[in-house]
Amino acid sequence: MARTLVSGNYAAGRTLALAGEANRFARGCCGGAYPITPQTEIIEYLRSHIFRKGRIVPVESEHSAMGVCIGASLAGARAFTASSSNGLAYMTENVFAAGYYRLPIVMIAVNRTLGPPWNIWVDQGDSLALRDAAWLQFYTESHQDLVDTILLAFRVAEDRDILLPAMVAMDGFVTSHTQMVCDLPEQDQVDLFLPLCDVPHQLRVDHPATVGGLTWPKETEYQRREIQKAMERVPGVLASAIDKFEEDFGRRPAGACTAYPDTRAETVLIACNTMCRTARRVVDERRARGENVGMIQCKLFRPFPRRELSALLRAAKRVGVLDRNHSPGSGGIFGTEVAATLQGRSDVLVQDYVVGLGGGDVTPAVIDGIFDELAGRSHSDEPIWTEVAA
Amino acid sequence: MSLFCEPASKTLREPLLRPGNTNCAGCGMSLGLQWLGEALDGRMPYVVIPACCGIVTAGAFPTSAYAAPTVASTFASAAAVATGLTTIAELNEETHPVICWTGDGGTYDIGVATLSAAAERNENILYFCYDNEIYGNTGGQRSSATPAGVYTTTTPEGKVERKKDMMAIMAAHRIPYAATLSLAHREDFLRKIRTALNLSGFRFLLMLSPCPTGWKSEPAEGVDLVRFAVQCGLFPLFEIYDGVRYRINVRPDETLVEDYISRQRRFTAVAADANMLRIGIAEQWGRLEALERMFPAEVQDEL
Repeated sequence: MARTLVSGNYAAGRTLALAGEANRFARGCCGGAYPITPQTEIIEYLRSHIFRKGRIVPVESEHSAMGVCIGASLAGARAFTASSSNGLAYMTENVFAAGYYRLPIVMIAVNRTLGPPWNIWVDQGDSLALRDAAWLQFYTESHQDLVDTILLAFRVAEDRDILLPAMVAMDGFVTSHTQMVCDLPEQDQVDLFLPLCDVPHQLRVDHPATVGGLTWPKETEYQRREIQKAMERVPGVLASAIDKFEEDFGRRPAGACTAYPDTRAETVLIACNTMCRTARRVVDERRARGENVGMIQCKLFRPFPRRELSALLRAAKRVGVLDRNHSPGSGGIFGTEVAATLQGRSDVLVQDYVVGLGGGDVTPAVIDGIFDELAGRSHSDEPIWTEVAA
Repeated sequence: MSLFCEPASKTLREPLLRPGNTNCAGCGMSLGLQWLGEALDGRMPYVVIPACCGIVTAGAFPTSAYAAPTVASTFASAAAVATGLTTIAELNEETHPVICWTGDGGTYDIGVATLSAAAERNENILYFCYDNEIYGNTGGQRSSATPAGVYTTTTPEGKVERKKDMMAIMAAHRIPYAATLSLAHREDFLRKIRTALNLSGFRFLLMLSPCPTGWKSEPAEGVDLVRFAVQCGLFPLFEIYDGVRYRINVRPDETLVEDYISRQRRFTAVAADANMLRIGIAEQWGRLEALERMFPAEVQDEL
């Protein structure tokens, strides 16, 4: 393992390549490559990597990038790609198809605001728009978290009990284009950690079947229920994968959601991606002044870890949700999920904050202000816009 | 339709499209698939079928009329999904052909960018378009393959624009092989599929596919209609090697375009006058003859 100073995009590209190479003793690996800011360096890395048994196809669109992944996965290979923003939106039909085919494809989503108006900076509205696509969704807060989560994503997605694709998100520019020191794994470690990819329903010339054809309502409902059951198994499979990760790599990545500093805080902010790191600093400052505050990194968004989050919020009285996304007509998307998680808890006040849309800087001062706002509340209200007057 | 497949056989022993499929009587695709299966001569293909009648005919899960491993892809994605399949097949040194079986909607319209990109990359794919010149699966709407003067549900007064020249588009990609296929010319049909199967890289086959419901024609007359279309010059049979060397296989005879259009009720009165079609035929043949004269296919192209 090498401690290396790398950008988020380099870390993601390198980790995808390692995971692809790790399948060289099985059916190999393949992915589609199509550029979009700010993920382009990932597919550039993949295109420049010489795979021993793999090929990255330079396609003409994100829709086809996922199409190639679907074909490769149906041929039994490990498949992956990366995209952002309008690229993810253009890919959407095949993103759903990959989920419904139950193919363990891994995609890096470098979060960028959907346009128009055109804006290349971060918010999480692009990947969250795909939350219903039968994909696992992970949101990572640092370069190390990103590397570790990509490896976990392959292991969980390809697990026989799951067999669903997985998206690993990072903040555009804030993570993708900044450099941090992190442990990049060696090939032999990844070989050990990732079992060979086996897609049980891959196309077989010795057992012809038709994949993805017509079904009646009953079979369709059954198939959707199977997807839900697989989603419900994710927290358990993820926990086992983290145990195995710790054995193989000697460090323990964060799980579905993680409380800081502990689960005893009364006033808690919930966040994802790099906002977590800023929130932690603010928590430290306020705790130094004697306040009983904390924060939770919500890394897993699909399936939404209701049980785990509930357990972490047992002592909470006030919960604020930082939503760097906006579902027009509703509000913040994490906020809705947290409110559903805490339904029946009349002792908890939940307030949603729409923050940092379009790459607005979520500084310690912004989060400090949100803590103040939350502390002064007597009841919860419509989502509060922090950058502009509501 | 068999619920369970023949176990552990890597050869195609059954008809590619098995009995029990839901194709309409007289559907050109039924015969096309039989002949494709025959030309495969036991080779088991991977088949990619986007949204079109070709995937509906397989029937509902868990049964399938297809005797080969088949994936129902999204509408625009056949050539992209096939790219993934052929990539992994090649990485694993498999020789099973990867075949896209698509309609004109998935080829000329929604899938044309994906098709163009796969052709430009010269992926090892045999791309087969059964062209019934209409969105048949959704009940008969215009496509860019619909000829001028044809009634469809979205051209209730007859289509104004002429049919897109897909062969010229594919030739412009300089793919190893492109050919048109006629259900009325069986030997030529089989030879072209075999030629395509023996080549590697991107190969494009275009078959005129009678659609009795869309063409408003008699199911039993489909093959005759294709023969008329070829003989009157409306649907030329030719091959293009590497996008540059041409060979015409059948030249028009005395057959009148009226023989073709009068047996279908999809043509408007203006089209039935046939002058518009005749102008198109003359222009098409002038260009095709010139291309063959200037850039003839060589004997060694024949496999």
